[in-house]
Amino acid sequence: MRSRTVEILVGLFLVVGLLAAVGLAVSVSGISGANGGSYKVYAHFENIGGLTKKAEVTLAGVQIGTVSNIRLDPRMLDAEVEMQIFADVDYLSIDSSVQILTSGLLGGKYIGLSVGAEEEVLVEGSVIEDSQSALVLEELIGKFLFDKVSE
Amino acid sequence: MIQVIIGSGGINTMLDFLALIGRQFLSKIAGFGRASFILFYALFAWPQPKNFPLVITQLYNVGVKSLLIIAVSGLFIGMVLGLQGYTILVDFGSEQSVGQMVALSLVRELAPVVTGLLFAGRAGSALTAEIGLMKATEQLASLEMIGVDPLRRIVAPRLWAGFISMPILSMIFAIVGVYGGALVSIEWLGVYSGAFWSVMQDSVDFYDDVLNGIIKAVVFGIVVTWVAIYQGLESIPTSEGISQSTTRTVVYSSLMILGLDFVLTVLMFGDI
Repeated sequence: MRSRTVEILVGLFLVVGLLAAVGLAVSVSGISGANGGSYKVYAHFENIGGLTKKAEVTLAGVQIGTVSNIRLDPRMLDAEVEMQIFADVDYLSIDSSVQILTSGLLGGKYIGLSVGAEEEVLVEGSVIEDSQSALVLEELIGKFLFDKVSE
Repeated sequence: MIQVIIGSGGINTMLDFLALIGRQFLSKIAGFGRASFILFYALFAWPQPKNFPLVITQLYNVGVKSLLIIAVSGLFIGMVLGLQGYTILVDFGSEQSVGQMVALSLVRELAPVVTGLLFAGRAGSALTAEIGLMKATEQLASLEMIGVDPLRRIVAPRLWAGFISMPILSMIFAIVGVYGGALVSIEWLGVYSGAFWSVMQDSVDFYDDVLNGIIKAVVFGIVVTWVAIYQGLESIPTSEGISQSTTRTVVYSSLMILGLDFVLTVLMFGDI
């Protein structure tokens, strides 16, 4: 009833299943434990306008990290964004500025970082002081109309 | 039944009718009871090392033999998703999101559900027919006569093989489908491959999407094997009886998969 072929085929079945699980984890969901770690920096925004977790943090368009958490700061009543910056990008000056940008006209939001001039660099737990909120279309239209009326 | 003999009248017919409903209801409830007994008994009968080889044989029957149909269906469903997604998304200029669409719909819904349905047709029906025939030819009774517990020897390995192989088959379905979608979108329709994979990886979360899909597959595996084995054990030991039970296995387990899928989706992804 039970032969060597059956055992081999069942073993193969389990191995293929394991490979499928690894494939789903790595190539589909993009989980990666071994990218050399990362460090956290924080920034406060008046309005994040649709920024989500896992959004990219970029420098000159190149990804240098991801948004790992977004929460409301109960004291300042603004949004506190936690970013995981890849550990090998350890040369961002402390007076860098962040800006919420949109990829394409209807694309997702991401954070663009521009480097400042200070010698001191961002480390684990640093807070980026200079931040620019997301562009909200309604506010923009409102401002435009207000300007038109006052002319 | 004394009243039936004493006299006939409207009241007696009604009492008979009520008795019939009661009997049907009680036998249904007893069926549920027997089914849960089978499940729990078989689950707790697992830790017997001498039954491990039986599980391997059943894994071959239930899992390995279903592999081809699962892989081929996964490939074609992924390719269709890629094609359809592309033709819709290209109108909005966001054909790069086709990877996200293919991966999320496969991992969350289609892989567990379609695998479950195919599994019910391919493995569930075979299980019912096998056990039904064992019952009809009195093999189960003979096992009991020689002091072997048929629940342990016959039912438990089949249940466990079903539980183990369903999530594996579902994961294989999902990964084959994703690569089928990638083949169509990247190679044939010319979506930029970097964007295809990165948009997919940004939107698919391992815990929220992949693990929840696997949990669904485990639940469907339990449902299908459980229904199949119960129907086999309860079948009327004739050729018609076995054919009816086999049909019932496929119908009941398909309906339960689709119904449970809605419930699980609401619990996992819905904000109701």
